[in-house]
Amino acid sequence: MELLLSYFLVLPLISLLISFFLPAKRESHISGIVIGSIALHLVAGLVFVLYWLLHGYPLLNSKLFTLYSTGSFEFFIDFHFDRATAVFSIVGSMIALFVSIFSRTYMHREEGFKRYFVTILLFFFGYQMVIFSGNFETLFIGWEVLGICSFLLIAFYRDRYLPAKNSLKVISIYRLGDICLMLVMWLIHHIFHKNITFSQLILPSELITYDHQLLTICVSILIMIAVAAKSALLPFSSWLPRAMEGPTTSSAVFYGALSIHLGVFLLLRTYPLWESLFIIKCLWISLGLLTALIASSISRVQSTVKTQIAYASIAQIGLMVVEIAMGWHGLALIHFAGNAFLRTYQLLISPSVLSYKIHDMVFNYKPLAIVSRNTWWSRWSDTFYVLNIKEWNLDTTLFKFLWNPFKKFGNRLTLPLNKTSYTIIPVMLSFGMAGFIADDHVHHYVDHSFTLITAISALIMILTAFTERGSAIRAWNRLGIAQGLLSISVALNEDFSFYQVMIYLSGIMIAYATGLYSLYQVKQVDQDIILDRFHGYSHNQKKMGLLFLVSCLGLIGLPFTPTFLGIDLLFFHIQYHQVLFVILTALSFIFIELSALRIYARLFMGQYKKADHAMAYRSS
Amino acid sequence: MNQTINTSKSYTETDILQKLKHFLPSQTPIKDFIHHNTLHAFQGMKFYDAIFKASKIFGYQVTLELNDFRKLYSQGRIKENILDHVIITGKSFDSLNAWKEKLISGKYNEDQSPRVGMLRAFWKSKYKIDLDNAVQPILFRVLCSYLDQGISLSRFPLHPDGFLASIRELEKNSYTSFFKSDRVKDLLLDDQTDLNSLLQIIVGHEDYFEQYLFDQQFSHQGWSGIVAAVEDAPHTLLDERKITFHDLIMIELLLEIDALDDQLGYSWAPIATSMDHPPIDLFSNVDRNELNEVMILWQNAFEWSYYDDVLSGIKLQRSKNTNTSKEIPIEKTFQAIFCIDERECSIRRHIEHIDPRCETLGSPGFFGVEFYFQAEGGLFYEKLCPAPVTPKYLIKEFDSNQKRKHEILYSSKSQMLITGTLNTLVLGYYACIRLIQTLFFPKMSPAISNAYAHMNKQSTLTIQNDNPDHKENNLQIGFTIEEMATRVENLLRGIGLVQDFASLVYTIAHGSSSANNPHHSAHDCGACSGRPGSVNARVFAWMANHPEVRSILQSKGIQIPVTTFFVGGMHDTAADQIEFYDEQKLSDHHKKQHQANLLNFNDALNANAKERSRRFSSINTKQSLKGVRKSILQRSVSMFEPRPELGHGTNSLCIVGRRSITKKLFLDRRAFLNSYDYRNDPDGSLLTGVMKPIGLVCGGINLEYYFSRVDNYKLGAGTKLPHNVMGLIGVANSSDGDLRPGLPVQMIEVHDPVRLLILVEHKPEIVLKAIQSSPEIYEWYINEWVHLIALDPVTNQFYYFHDGVFSVYLPLNNQVQDLNNTMTLVEQSLKMETNYITDATRENLPVYSLN
Repeated sequence: MELLLSYFLVLPLISLLISFFLPAKRESHISGIVIGSIALHLVAGLVFVLYWLLHGYPLLNSKLFTLYSTGSFEFFIDFHFDRATAVFSIVGSMIALFVSIFSRTYMHREEGFKRYFVTILLFFFGYQMVIFSGNFETLFIGWEVLGICSFLLIAFYRDRYLPAKNSLKVISIYRLGDICLMLVMWLIHHIFHKNITFSQLILPSELITYDHQLLTICVSILIMIAVAAKSALLPFSSWLPRAMEGPTTSSAVFYGALSIHLGVFLLLRTYPLWESLFIIKCLWISLGLLTALIASSISRVQSTVKTQIAYASIAQIGLMVVEIAMGWHGLALIHFAGNAFLRTYQLLISPSVLSYKIHDMVFNYKPLAIVSRNTWWSRWSDTFYVLNIKEWNLDTTLFKFLWNPFKKFGNRLTLPLNKTSYTIIPVMLSFGMAGFIADDHVHHYVDHSFTLITAISALIMILTAFTERGSAIRAWNRLGIAQGLLSISVALNEDFSFYQVMIYLSGIMIAYATGLYSLYQVKQVDQDIILDRFHGYSHNQKKMGLLFLVSCLGLIGLPFTPTFLGIDLLFFHIQYHQVLFVILTALSFIFIELSALRIYARLFMGQYKKADHAMAYRSS
Repeated sequence: MNQTINTSKSYTETDILQKLKHFLPSQTPIKDFIHHNTLHAFQGMKFYDAIFKASKIFGYQVTLELNDFRKLYSQGRIKENILDHVIITGKSFDSLNAWKEKLISGKYNEDQSPRVGMLRAFWKSKYKIDLDNAVQPILFRVLCSYLDQGISLSRFPLHPDGFLASIRELEKNSYTSFFKSDRVKDLLLDDQTDLNSLLQIIVGHEDYFEQYLFDQQFSHQGWSGIVAAVEDAPHTLLDERKITFHDLIMIELLLEIDALDDQLGYSWAPIATSMDHPPIDLFSNVDRNELNEVMILWQNAFEWSYYDDVLSGIKLQRSKNTNTSKEIPIEKTFQAIFCIDERECSIRRHIEHIDPRCETLGSPGFFGVEFYFQAEGGLFYEKLCPAPVTPKYLIKEFDSNQKRKHEILYSSKSQMLITGTLNTLVLGYYACIRLIQTLFFPKMSPAISNAYAHMNKQSTLTIQNDNPDHKENNLQIGFTIEEMATRVENLLRGIGLVQDFASLVYTIAHGSSSANNPHHSAHDCGACSGRPGSVNARVFAWMANHPEVRSILQSKGIQIPVTTFFVGGMHDTAADQIEFYDEQKLSDHHKKQHQANLLNFNDALNANAKERSRRFSSINTKQSLKGVRKSILQRSVSMFEPRPELGHGTNSLCIVGRRSITKKLFLDRRAFLNSYDYRNDPDGSLLTGVMKPIGLVCGGINLEYYFSRVDNYKLGAGTKLPHNVMGLIGVANSSDGDLRPGLPVQMIEVHDPVRLLILVEHKPEIVLKAIQSSPEIYEWYINEWVHLIALDPVTNQFYYFHDGVFSVYLPLNNQVQDLNNTMTLVEQSLKMETNYITDATRENLPVYSLN
């Protein structure tokens, strides 16, 4: 039975490959293959679940294959099947199927029909990967794929400004969650001293020492951030309404139904880990309740259909978090499925609200009473009204505290660095290389400071690329250099074999080169790839856009390059007491993705700058 | 601010606000979508001067792109001989080749960066501050919440004095604020603060005020437009709001100062202090450049490539007619008066084909009866006549016994916390079932806008008024006999139906059912203010059947036989169904005839559905008629169908004259057909009345489609798919986006952006008199927003109206292809490859002569 699990991922992957090569004009073929494969998936899933139920619904775990292993590090793809998998997989397939059928007509003749369906299929693959995953490594692959799909579908209408802006906003929050998850993997490795599966997640009692409890609390808090980011819990909630930029159907499947509930899923999966920690349980319950209260009160003042549904859905997810923390997992699963179906339906039919409600008003309208404003209650209700309209300042505060410090830091450094970069970089590199070669001969203390210095320079490189307003090529080069520095820093840190460094760098070097090539190609158009505004080159440079996007994803180490494995390896080599180092590396990984996608968005999204064709207002 | 100083300066606040409002989009809340000339503000100028000026000021794309014209030319849709003719008449014979070369291969810079927005861009260039990003999200949010008609559960705490007063009250009364800067909070609460003082802070010099305000308001013209529209016509909102354009600008300026203070401290200076050049005059003259000339020639050639076809067809048709014989008077089975709407063009052709003894006529779909309608149980009046008319009458519905059904999944309870939980736990699964039903078994539901639900078939209406004092809110309930007779007479005379009445005369209005479509009212009848015209058709038939009305008509020379009975009905242009009213009043004899006619109507609907299906790639045109009809019906109730019908797409003609002009022509649902018989109106006194709504209604529709097509981003609503319903008043692309007036891409993709050609069957001098009856009407013609041709009924000569005079036009092609069977033509149609103009309009068929 376990062996069958992998087919649930092979199926979407194969159809993904097929659909990718279909010509864009073949609408019925493209939608047909997507609908067909999801339907097949659903049927297979139902049959499998039935079979599984008849066999006493055992917990299944199957290790598909090991990608890489050395010493205690073993990177393997692992699948897991239990009640949560069954519910999430079946509900996910149903909704993906319904929405795809809906989209077949809805998206008809839309520019980007193929792009939409391929992304939906990629999303479906990532989603099932998460649901079926048996360990953090496998889950993480799906998790990252989902983030990128979100980014692509929010920015589906890439020739307008708001989708471009909001897609970057959302991915930056997603990325924070991703990195927390990466840190979780790193810490768990140090708790268990090996790569473990979800079914092994329950701590053996002899392991629970004070030290481990502290680590587990850290892990739980990191999970909390990852879950909150993915499921739009506080304080991240404000990204959800802003993500409703794509076609209504993609908003329904992502933000009404599936993507948004993945935090809940992760919570269910990691429950055994923090089950025994009272304080974490309390934290979860308060976070869930607070989210439910605030999100539902924000939803009350929303005057647009989709944002109202978004906040109402967040409130329900807050309650699901409480249910899980209380141990009522069955209820949480029922709640999840109900919420997913309801919000999908409500979003899909959201345009019809206009005629329904106007018609309703004609017959049932009651004028609003103008209330007296002198009571203590009215003061509070007005206060809450203003707060709710302002979404409790979540959006602005988040950016003020999370990103602005880094932006400022990067901005400060840009100017001095621009002047000196081309002298500093070779020095840094040779410095690093020297350290690497002299590894065995120098004192550990020197080694560690080298490590830190290279890590810091990598981060500086990335931050200046992040805030770069000048040449895109310069920013791209910085990212390339930063990746080099990162690998050196880790190589310096531990006995990291040349082979491992190569695994890490192999993907990056290709990605870097193709990225550079596409940038030069785009530069040919009119010598202008300055990052201080959106250029909208996808208007006439579609192929280069795709190539550059793939290069970006390669450079940041998405699961289709060996770099992905390398990143994991890299973290594995960091000792758990090296807090500073791990923070630096994590920050680097957050901002390297953001910088790369920012370059992509700035160059290829937004209005095409030449006003020789009809184009959108910035505000629309 | 001292009043005397204020008036002595060039800056006068009200002037600027008036000017701004004039140029903003004038679309009212979307529940009543009324087509109009998108560039109405420029209508006082000649068409080409106007569009190029609008383009220069606001950055609109106002024609197709140069490349598109070239592609249409290589496709043959722009004909070479027409192009030559256009160049020769527009330029000169000698320069033909030079211009042709420029048109076909000249290289031009098509950049059209606008004048508007240049001053305000200063904030970004000088201070690196993105004011739009800082101000617009919160401004739109507050504004939308204030105007919201029924989405939010906690409503905006309103103050009776309006928007600004409400914000002030909130500021005073709450412990938190929309603003961060203390200075702004003080300014808001200070009664002395006015527009001028805020502009002094932010702009600094009065010379720049106008330019700054234009920059500011045109950075979100959708929201500004709706505020201006609601200020002028508050009743366009069911739940009325007091708001002024002035208030909006006040709040926006306060938010701008707040953002600047917050990000820059107090260390910023007004914009004027850094300006080293005087403000630009946004409205200064725009000189035509060579590219403009090229575009004009292309556009004219594109338009005449089609018009010439039409005129050739009409000319050939008339020569054939005169060759054969005089009309043989035969007894007609029935007469049917349809709306002039070009979507009825095809069904008229089909019913005439199926029953050659019937006669169809066209008249604006409110059938000359203007009134407000109140559905039973309804709390509001709905206007059922062209938008500019203000009726004095009210018609109420009774005995409908129709209980409005509710849709539980639309309940706002699911958005609350506790009830929402119960809802998700239970209704969530019901939603799943509904979703399956929506996908696989679409059917009519309360959530779908149903044209037939506007008035209940079984209800009774208060049509007759016996006591003029019987009034409600200053509206007379029903019409007196005299008033009825006047209206019936006007309509019948206007369409030339004054004799030879058949025993059944149908008045068939139209409406459109569609699902999940915020723009549904744009598909309804334009002559009924964007609503279904069922009540009008029924009311007119009732009036025309009234014995006392008939006796008055008789005294005026219109003899309607007692054996003639009028029956009202409505055609659903999306679902292709017709419903008839008051059928129970038919005598047995009439019933029998009616039953027979129903079968013919049904066949015509089948054929019509089939003809329409050639545009819909999801329908196999070649399947059985029944299958096609079913698919067409399903489209109108499918939540996933963004194109229930194609609306007025492809409209380009308006024929004012007898049916015989076009009867034997295949015009591909492109012509508004208004019946008019010059023989009853030798001096053109009726023609004036007939021509009155033509420019406004048909021209308005045509230009709305034109501009939404050429610039779907700025003048149209863009693609429908990401639209989010804002406060039930409009749509926007995202949570914090600007409102999108205009038409979505799904409605305009098949449209050829050509101006309307109006052809009137009468002597040129009479036509001239009719259009000159009022300056507003004449403006349409003299400024070339529509083309006008007079067809002299005696000489069969065409006269084209240009620069105030009619001159002879001789069709160049003088030939059209014959068509033996429309259905084979329909079946041969190719599905469009993309919705890019050159692909999307490939199936806009030429004129055929029907055999």
